[in-house]
Amino acid sequence: MAEGQEKAAPRTDKGLMGVVNWFDDRFPLMETWNYHMARYWAPKNFNFWYYFGVLSMVVLVIQLLTGLWLTMSYVPSGEGAFASVEYIMRDVEYGWLLRYLHSTGASAFFVVVYLHMFRGMMYGSYRKPRELLWLIGMAIFVALMAEGFFGYLLPWGNMSYWGAQVIVSLVGAIPVIGPDLMEWVRGDFLMSGITLNRFFALHVIALPLVLVMLVFVHIVALHHVGSNNPDGVEIKKNKDANGIPVDGIPFHPYYTIGHDLPAIVMFLILFCLVVFYAPEMGGYFLEKPNFEMADPLKTPDHIAPVWYYTPFYAMLRAATYPLFGIPAKFWGFVVMAGAIVVPAVLPWLDRSPVKSMRYKGMISKAMLGLFVICFFILGYLGTIAPSPEATLLAQICTAIYFAYFVLMPWYTRVEKTKPVPDRVTT
Amino acid sequence: MSSSESATGGTNSEPQPSSIETTGFNKQRRYFLIGASAAVGGVGIGFAAVPFVASWSPSAKARALGAPVTLDISKLRPGEMLGPTPAWRGQPIFVVNRQPDALERLEAPNDDLADPDSDNGEMQPEYAQNPWRSKRPEIGVYIGLCTHLGCSPKPFFAVEPEPFDANWQGGFFCPCHGSRFDMAGRVVKGVPAPDNLPVPPYRFVSDTVLIIGEDEGSA
Ligand code: HEM
Ligand code: FES
Repeated sequence: MAEGQEKAAPRTDKGLMGVVNWFDDRFPLMETWNYHMARYWAPKNFNFWYYFGVLSMVVLVIQLLTGLWLTMSYVPSGEGAFASVEYIMRDVEYGWLLRYLHSTGASAFFVVVYLHMFRGMMYGSYRKPRELLWLIGMAIFVALMAEGFFGYLLPWGNMSYWGAQVIVSLVGAIPVIGPDLMEWVRGDFLMSGITLNRFFALHVIALPLVLVMLVFVHIVALHHVGSNNPDGVEIKKNKDANGIPVDGIPFHPYYTIGHDLPAIVMFLILFCLVVFYAPEMGGYFLEKPNFEMADPLKTPDHIAPVWYYTPFYAMLRAATYPLFGIPAKFWGFVVMAGAIVVPAVLPWLDRSPVKSMRYKGMISKAMLGLFVICFFILGYLGTIAPSPEATLLAQICTAIYFAYFVLMPWYTRVEKTKPVPDRVTT
Repeated sequence: MSSSESATGGTNSEPQPSSIETTGFNKQRRYFLIGASAAVGGVGIGFAAVPFVASWSPSAKARALGAPVTLDISKLRPGEMLGPTPAWRGQPIFVVNRQPDALERLEAPNDDLADPDSDNGEMQPEYAQNPWRSKRPEIGVYIGLCTHLGCSPKPFFAVEPEPFDANWQGGFFCPCHGSRFDMAGRVVKGVPAPDNLPVPPYRFVSDTVLIIGEDEGSA
């Protein structure tokens, strides 16, 4: 913190500075501002991929705000939920807009977070000293998945109902305790208004609090270790006489005004285009069967989760063999859960002498490419009805998905890397 | 900080200034207090967790709604199905009427079934362990929830080629992940569902009235 601290200017208590000083005597106002903004030295070579952290924060704010407002008109009960969503859409002033902002925001959240995570994988941002930062990110990711799942039940449409039924039934696949645990999770013998009510509580209170706290520690951890960059060069290793990294520039105003603000504006324009012209996104953001109220006696003809879960759903369905006398559905659960959390161990799997993909060898590049292609294929397969060919393809892609991680300690060590420059490039 | 460091520096032969912080007696006392409060605190947290965990179990109201239900099946027509009706515990209940030709197919040996004798899985009462999986051969009573991930299978009773099975002999098909069951709810081999459709406890009070949720054993 002491680094780059110049001699304090003589204190003036006039005008605005007087107010600032009044607070500063009672609260670390300027200190905090400087630590996180004006004297946070960010590498000068950030690129496109560095937009998605701040965009995640923008979407988080959109979700908190629109969600709070939706809660004011939504009724969390088996009898009232579906009707209250129709009421919001038709009768509440601008209710349709609040709802579309929130539902589009959910999809946007996953778009930006997936890109944000991909950046980390590409530039080795998870590696020492950013392992904890990465783990906090993974915790955010899991919490976000849960938040989306609980939220999806709330409109109490038929797709909400059966989608949640399928996922909660996964709990029932756990040997021995499964069936009782499932009853405990639902609070009933089937999905019911009781389940809806607790999912509502988790969606509007528990998980938002957890998310906000995690995002806070995410930023604290980031600013403690400093940002990585597309070259994977540690800028803190090369400081000038004042202790300022020579490749660093103050986060504010260079990145706030010069980099992030235009990106936020662009993002919001795109976001509004979707909200106003394609809020259902052809059934990918809001699914057709969900315009019908939950019917515990009638499963929709084709059930598929929202697009952001489909890669993992496809992996769940790819497990078709019973093992050790335990049915395949339990292994599907294990594969799906494993696929979600396995990126957490990346910091310990990557043994490459270099961080960034720019300097890694051919195998790493090929594996990352394959990984992304498989993730997209799985995402598509998760939306369609199963067939033997689709299942086989899903199995191959699942194998590649895991191979990317499992083989990493090997291929990052044997491949030939390029020399890393001392300073960041461009 | 420095005092606790010197307190743990046992190899130091210099006599330490004996302040309250550094004497061995107080160190032990401190560890004891930490240990004891951790233990008591742990037990306390355990007890405090009880209401939070227990409140998630089915409430008295939910359990009351799970009480046995009476079902009139006088409207059940030959070869058809009554339901799904929200009978016992709100779960879809299938009551199927099977004609002699269907019964014949059920009784014929069938290698395609994963568990023809209903030995595995939950809710396979004794009276399910026959080719019809029912008390009365012509009337089958099943819980209409797939044993894979709980979707509700759909009846396809006609014996005719279906897109999901060219050699379809009539039964149930689950749209979610393609599990197939025969007219007695027995699961076919090689589909995601591991077990036959559950059979709820039930008994006949008269020829056309059923109670679902209890049987002779529990009544
Ligand atoms: C609500 C969700 C999230 C928010 C608001 C958020 C916010 C941020 C922000 C503002 C930054 C700095 C700007 C940037 O580097 O883009 C950042 C960096 C980072 N985040 Fe996140 N993040 C979120 C989720 C995640 C997730 C899910 C992961 C990974 C599992 C993750 C891993 C990282 C890493 C490794 C960095 C440092 C990147 C670098 O310096 O190269 N974050 N995050
Ligand atoms: S729920 Fe019936 S096949 Fe999966």
